[in-house]
Amino acid sequence: MPKVNLTVNGKPVSADIEARTLLVTMLRETLKLTGTHVGCDTSQCGACVVHVDGKAVKSCTMLAVQADGARVVTIEGLATDGTLHPMQEAFRENHGLQCGFCTPGMIMTAVDLVNREGNELDEHAIREGLEGNLCRCTGYHNIVKSIAAGARAMKGKRRAA
Amino acid sequence: MYDFSFHRPADLASAEGYLKAAEAKLLAGGQTLIPTMKQRLAAPKHLVDLSNVAGLTGIERKGRNLVIGAMTRHAEVAGSGVVNKAIPALGLLAEGIGDPAVRNRGTIGGSLANNDPSADYPAACLALDATIITNKREIGADEFFTGLFETALGADEIVTRVSFPVPIKAAYLKFPNPASRYALVGVFVAKDTDGVRVAVTGAGESGVFRVPAMERALSKKFSAKAVEGIKIDPSTLISDIHGSAAYRAHLVGVLARRAVETIAKTK
Repeated sequence: MPKVNLTVNGKPVSADIEARTLLVTMLRETLKLTGTHVGCDTSQCGACVVHVDGKAVKSCTMLAVQADGARVVTIEGLATDGTLHPMQEAFRENHGLQCGFCTPGMIMTAVDLVNREGNELDEHAIREGLEGNLCRCTGYHNIVKSIAAGARAMKGKRRAA
Repeated sequence: MYDFSFHRPADLASAEGYLKAAEAKLLAGGQTLIPTMKQRLAAPKHLVDLSNVAGLTGIERKGRNLVIGAMTRHAEVAGSGVVNKAIPALGLLAEGIGDPAVRNRGTIGGSLANNDPSADYPAACLALDATIITNKREIGADEFFTGLFETALGADEIVTRVSFPVPIKAAYLKFPNPASRYALVGVFVAKDTDGVRVAVTGAGESGVFRVPAMERALSKKFSAKAVEGIKIDPSTLISDIHGSAAYRAHLVGVLARRAVETIAKTK
């Protein structure tokens, strides 16, 4: 079985896994990081979005062996010392979630959007940026509000990898 | 997904070596191949990952041409100053593929080698008369796309770069399927000194195709009016739950006209 070495949320991790193991499966089942969700399992819903080498990817559409040597950040890697990441805090403040299933992917996508496009995001940019993330409760309205607020709150703060 | 042996060569020669095995397949960004394998529609015994192969990425202007490495991600093309200066329509096309996470993984070479009948890049290659460069030869776009998910690539051939002659002006207009963002119909119009080329994706039963009648009309007079009366024969177009062949034929005309108008408006 191939051996995979990764850095996950700043910690080196290694595992012997089948080549066909998806990155999301390794995160959830091998490393027990169940914050990353599997929604559709067909690259559409975005519940599985994590950052690989600083970029948002759908971890259900990437093999763990493809991430060998990479830095992976999951939703569990955003908070520091018990303090929520500004984007997480913004979702809490703005009622950006109801059932919460899509939230990890929404937040990882949102942080990636801020990293690419900066802290002042208008509604259009946010809605375009959420093209690959589906939510079945909120109608997106408060998610968009949360991301605009989170983006501003991230200004000058540490960038999540 | 069925299991397979995973290979991650560091150079083209070893990648080509792995392809000699039976049922070996190349893995680029994996945004089509991995879902296909998950559905067991593909089950290669060997998967050859190109992500560590040296020399397959990068974007550069080489004289009259814009040259893009096969493993360059859609997001890199979309965000490239070099692309957006040389062929802005190509940057916009890349920006419209899938969603941000898909664009962070998907590659131009993978898209071309897959030749999905609804993919965007084949239309750009055909309209811009691009040359697809492989480990063995150079293939003109007119010869490269040979049918539904079919290309001129040999079994041990690997796309390394794509070279686009920089046109005077170009535009790509797409009517995206609202769920998948694939082109229900997409029309790429490129105007160059030696004439106009029009390529259509999303509509053809055999994949991307050119529209000679529109090309002739636009080469004579470059205006939206010139393409207005030109009918597209729906008999070879895709008909599915998303749109009938007749509807797609209609969209080709509408999008071609809008692409010409877009070009006319750009300086």
